[in-house]
Amino acid sequence: MMEKWEDNRAWYLVLPVFVVVAFSAIIPLMTVVNYSIQDIFGPGNAVFVGTEWYEEMLTDKRLHDALWRQFIFSGLVLLIEIPLGILIALAMPKKGWGVSASLVTLAIPLLIPWNVIGTIWIIFTRPDIGLFGVWINSLDLLQVPFDHTARPLYAWITLMAMEVWHWTPLVALLCYAGLRAIPEAYYQAARIDGASAWAVFRYIQLPKMRGVLTIAVLLRWMDSFLIYAEPFALTGGGPGNTTTFLSIYLVKLATGQFDLGPAAAFSLIYFLIVLLFCFIFYQALLNVGRGEKIS
Amino acid sequence: MGLEWMYWTVPTAIFFIVIFLLIMGMLVWELVSPTLVRRGFLRIPTTRGTRFFVGLLGTAYIHLVWIGFTDLNLWIALPVSAVWVFTVMRWG
Repeated sequence: MMEKWEDNRAWYLVLPVFVVVAFSAIIPLMTVVNYSIQDIFGPGNAVFVGTEWYEEMLTDKRLHDALWRQFIFSGLVLLIEIPLGILIALAMPKKGWGVSASLVTLAIPLLIPWNVIGTIWIIFTRPDIGLFGVWINSLDLLQVPFDHTARPLYAWITLMAMEVWHWTPLVALLCYAGLRAIPEAYYQAARIDGASAWAVFRYIQLPKMRGVLTIAVLLRWMDSFLIYAEPFALTGGGPGNTTTFLSIYLVKLATGQFDLGPAAAFSLIYFLIVLLFCFIFYQALLNVGRGEKIS
Repeated sequence: MGLEWMYWTVPTAIFFIVIFLLIMGMLVWELVSPTLVRRGFLRIPTTRGTRFFVGLLGTAYIHLVWIGFTDLNLWIALPVSAVWVFTVMRWG
């Protein structure tokens, strides 16, 4: 076995990053903690209120609703995008000009700025001039004419369609990379055994995609949990509050109503939820390569 | 540069100083006796630092639940959290 030296001096290379993070994240975070236990009236004018904002936020019905909406949204995102991404990856060509063509086509939604995506979908689904909005209403199938600004259900459908259109390509690209990494020998062995397409998928492709799928699930969960720009552009949290997710509600509270104390307490609760998920996902990611071998 | 814009209060200052001291303590502990990766009731391979993180995160959640869902004195949450941190550090 090769001998290894423990040398922790490499950690000094991390120092510049640490300094940057200290200024961009840790000091602002400390300030938020300070805000969260005070009522800020203006510069230099703050009153200590203890845990009042936390009590208010933890029992705030609008926050609970936003949290549930957020979980439902992120859950739906995973339920739709992961299977769809796998299907797309399986259907993609494996050689020839079709590979580049499909890769570029898939990548387009990922390259568009996020609030532009919101704007695209507003125009696309508008009932008066939008391609989709006008078309669906011309069919006369819906009892209530389609208008994503008027009905919560339509707002959610539009939002989910936008999210799926925007991010399924990422899942598909990851799965495609995972599929391409499977050696041809596995498929040859499967052919010799006369394995069905389902068996090939279940016992070769799916296990081999485990790593990329874990990454896809983590990325999509976190991203959708922190989503802001697209729903803000598309619905602005409406109609009513039916598409108000955590970040949208937080911004309303902090910069709309200028309730800095409650918003700070909310931020920290949000931060703790994200931190918990990050930790769980990070552990899952660490253990994905090692599999069940460790006991 | 002044620190007025950060709106420091005594409780938050104490909070951050204690966190900072705990991290420094972990550093010293690590230098004195390096950690070993092991598995406890958390069912994942953990180092001392991981267990410390889980302990602190759990402490935050205990306090949030205390504030949000009970009318008990918040100070009781502190020893409860201390027991939790000790449990995780020892058997986690």
